[in-house]
Amino acid sequence: MDTDLNSKSRQGTVLAELHDATKTFGSRGEPVHAVAGVDLTVRAGELLAILGPNGAGKTTTLNMMTGLSKPTSGSARLFGGDPRDLEARQRMGVMLQASGVPDTLRVGELLTAFSGYYPAPLPLEAIIEGAGLHGLEKRQFGALSGGQQRRVLFGIALSGDPDLLFVDEPTTGLDAEVRRALWATLRDLADSGRGVVLTTHYLEEADALADRIIVLSQGRIIADGTPDQVKSLVPGRRISAESSVTAEQAAHWPAVHHAVHDGTRLELLVSEAEPVVRRLLAQDPFLAGLTVTEPTLEDAFLTLTTSAKESA
Amino acid sequence: MSAKTTTRTTPSTSPASTSMTTPTPTAMITAGAPAARTAMAEHSSAAASGISRGQALRVYRTEAWQELLKLLRIPIFAASTIALPLMFYVIFGIAFGGESSRGVGATTYMLVTYGAFGVIGAALFGFGVSVAVERGQGWMRLKRVVPMPPLAYFVAKVLMSLAIATIIVIAMSALGAIVGGVRLSAGQWIAVSFALIAGALPFSAMGLAFGYLVGPNSAPAVLNLAWLPMAFASGLWIPISELPEVVQSVAPFLPPYHFVQLALGTIGASEGGSPVVHAAAVLAFTVLFLLVASWGYRRDEGRTYG
Repeated sequence: MDTDLNSKSRQGTVLAELHDATKTFGSRGEPVHAVAGVDLTVRAGELLAILGPNGAGKTTTLNMMTGLSKPTSGSARLFGGDPRDLEARQRMGVMLQASGVPDTLRVGELLTAFSGYYPAPLPLEAIIEGAGLHGLEKRQFGALSGGQQRRVLFGIALSGDPDLLFVDEPTTGLDAEVRRALWATLRDLADSGRGVVLTTHYLEEADALADRIIVLSQGRIIADGTPDQVKSLVPGRRISAESSVTAEQAAHWPAVHHAVHDGTRLELLVSEAEPVVRRLLAQDPFLAGLTVTEPTLEDAFLTLTTSAKESA
Repeated sequence: MSAKTTTRTTPSTSPASTSMTTPTPTAMITAGAPAARTAMAEHSSAAASGISRGQALRVYRTEAWQELLKLLRIPIFAASTIALPLMFYVIFGIAFGGESSRGVGATTYMLVTYGAFGVIGAALFGFGVSVAVERGQGWMRLKRVVPMPPLAYFVAKVLMSLAIATIIVIAMSALGAIVGGVRLSAGQWIAVSFALIAGALPFSAMGLAFGYLVGPNSAPAVLNLAWLPMAFASGLWIPISELPEVVQSVAPFLPPYHFVQLALGTIGASEGGSPVVHAAAVLAFTVLFLLVASWGYRRDEGRTYG
């Protein structure tokens, strides 16, 4: 691919920053700390994935960077200025998780209107191409399928030819093929020197796409690194069995990250299954119902959160 | 992860190219870039100073066009807003017109009060409900992350209120003149029409305030509850002089009362009171509603909707 054809900012230029940003909702009663002190920097040419379970503060973090939401404390900078400045908005594209586009407006009308906001928009043909909207130009937004509507929102985000693109859970509701295509587009955008920030709760998605992954849990960054670095923090297997071995005992074994016992079953998150299974069988001859499974993302967060607490 | 290596090294053979309808990112980059680059060079001076005048004009025009399209694609909304006051005027003003009020015929007096009823209703519902609904849907959020001057969105809605107000006033005047035997001098026709249509402005502000105070689902109900008694107590249905004294004493605290007195003044049928006082009252209410609306606009930052 001809990367210098449309390279934007110089690779490595800081595009967006959060400094010790917090966001608290509900001043009276019980305040909810949606984001509890986040530092992060997005650079040109970088594809940053913000990974976390629901309610981790991903969208709030994104909203503070795009100026939709003002940090309760700390600061947010976009292109060196206030994210709410018109100049900053001209250089970013945002795909929100849900946007109530009026049902009666046609796709072509929407794209034309949104490109009209920008000083140097992408040509309409390029937006349609990039978001896969061929043949949908005359259709009313309300008559589209969920996946098609998501693509229109992606097209709107692309319309200003942004230096920095924010996409909030872009592939939710898309089928596998369209998701892969969107991934490729995002990757190409980053490779051409633009910055891309996406939120996701799929480790697979972050791993396939990102240069850097930030893991958020309860409003805090609990891991920050390359996909390989983050994956190495995630346990390899989940072991479950009816056993008399206590959680306290198992927790001290090598390769065990996390152990709980609910009275009947012992649940372990381990980096390697075989040595732990061997030891379990040796220690408890009456062990029953043994299963070894892939850990879920929730398991991964559990380990990461636990280790974050331990190191704190 | 195979996807990573595929997309990084050979984007042209990415899974996208297997389907006609899915995005083809390589094509996008090659097609988009040269044109975008040229455009950027042309616009570099404009971009530096924020937004050029020509572009601002285009944005305002596009917003107004979008509002018009939304209005035309669900014609029943606009039709009911226009038909309701006309129906009221025919039934209560022309059919059961009764005695003359303040020296003008009942059909003439009612033309002004039901005209005001129509114009205010269109501004409150066209503006208030649509702002509340679009806040709830998240349409406003999307508008807030693009470089659109927020004013463009509101100006477009004011223009639609003015357009509907104009249709109501013209249709009602025609009904009054043809069916109701309303006779006014050319100057009076023009003055009363302008006064009525201009009412779309202060009451758009009121609608906007409502749009930011109430939730999207409750907006029509809350607005009806507030608006219908207010219309009655302001003397829009029955001349204010025929209302109970309690109601008459409440009227000066209601913005529609002052507005309709201003409009009645153009044909010499007001209940008295200085037009300056009425105009000042309408202006004061407008400022108050705009303050409420701007408070609501700021409050929406970082909310679930906004």
